[in-house]
Amino acid sequence: MRRRSTPSGSRPAIGGDVIPKFGPGVRLQEDKARARWIVMAPERMFLPDETALEVLRLVDGTRDEGAIVALLAEKFAAPAEEIRADVAEMLRDLIAKGALRE
Amino acid sequence: MSAIEPPLALLAELTHRCPLRCPYCSNPTELARAKDELTTAEWARVFREAAALGCLQLHLSGGEPTARRDIVEITAAAREAGLYSNLITAGVLLNAALMARLVEAGLDHVQLSVQDADEAGAERIGGMRGAQEKKRQAAALVRASGLPLTLNAVVHRQNLHNLPQLIDIALDWGAQRLEVAHVQYYGWALANRDALLPTRAQLDVATRLVEEARSAHRGRLVIDYVVPDYHAARPKACMGGWGRRFLAVSPMGEVLPCHAAKSIAGMRFPNIRDSSLEDAWTGSDAFNAFRGTAWMPPPCRGCAHAERDWGGCRCQAFALTGDAAATDPACALSPSHGLLAAAVAEAGEARFRYREFS
Repeated sequence: MRRRSTPSGSRPAIGGDVIPKFGPGVRLQEDKARARWIVMAPERMFLPDETALEVLRLVDGTRDEGAIVALLAEKFAAPAEEIRADVAEMLRDLIAKGALRE
Repeated sequence: MSAIEPPLALLAELTHRCPLRCPYCSNPTELARAKDELTTAEWARVFREAAALGCLQLHLSGGEPTARRDIVEITAAAREAGLYSNLITAGVLLNAALMARLVEAGLDHVQLSVQDADEAGAERIGGMRGAQEKKRQAAALVRASGLPLTLNAVVHRQNLHNLPQLIDIALDWGAQRLEVAHVQYYGWALANRDALLPTRAQLDVATRLVEEARSAHRGRLVIDYVVPDYHAARPKACMGGWGRRFLAVSPMGEVLPCHAAKSIAGMRFPNIRDSSLEDAWTGSDAFNAFRGTAWMPPPCRGCAHAERDWGGCRCQAFALTGDAAATDPACALSPSHGLLAAAVAEAGEARFRYREFS
């Protein structure tokens, strides 16, 4: 899963109260033989990068975006403002790919 | 030789039994009988070994997989092994109770076949009366269950004129994905090649329609497109390369590099009744015969495309040239490439030879 290198421009930002969920038939699964985690979807699979994986591990269908940001800020001892933009970008990307839905 | 990479996907052909008789069925022309099929416990063992070997995805196929009375137990065994399961079904045996039990067992995804858009055409091609309405109901059951639905439309000379209506059906029936798959010519389809091969004009229209539908329904319907290599200049990377990503297990336990591999006369395949899946994948002559590039004759040997298309399809090379190690005639560099244009020129037969047990 590649991060977009271009700025997100005028696309609408996801609000802090959005609760991301895995789409139908999509789940995060451990690929033990290759020592990695993978997003399984109908007839395809995505390889999340480390940052995406940190976000996806916190998607449980109940946490909203704000809660995910707070947990990551705590885990990486980083300011929430810095993490927020990254997480919003990542969620948008995963929604566009069909891995997550709002 | 470099280390053998683990496979990503397993195709489990649970049975060759099917209420439909499609003349392009991907099963071998010699079909397995019910008494020879692997048991529930044997399939569960295959799934555990596949997951341990590195498989992530499992396609539960056939024949018609729901023709097995233990399909729910088999699905549960797939989930227990940690595999992502995809039920590839004609849908005509599905009912609400079975759907609920499959969801409960952990099924991840359903791929439903459709033979044509209009009922008479669909039932003529599939050889089963009443099938289309049952399929429509099956799609509704899958949707109501919350599982994702892919519609699989195999297209050819006798239904391509209905491609726009097939796309409409995918939308009407609530599929998130549509596979528009041109027939691939092995086994039954090869026997029916004259009735199925599309003209170049039909192919070009279909390709344009798919492109238009993709942009018209972006965000609502994903369309995958499999092109027929009889009109191609480069062969497909069949199975992503022999023994590289994929393996299949037949109803009676043969471990195959591709579901059509049994069409290659003289090849012997390991059986899970006397071999582990890992030994079959890494150590069998069958899997090692065409793995990598060392086996390749010219013009594949040293070709810049050798690790892109892996020499194309071994079954097609065998079917058309009699030599499974030959370059796939779909490649313009093959000395036998002219066979494909000759077959296209000869096509135009209306009648089918339906799939049946011999």
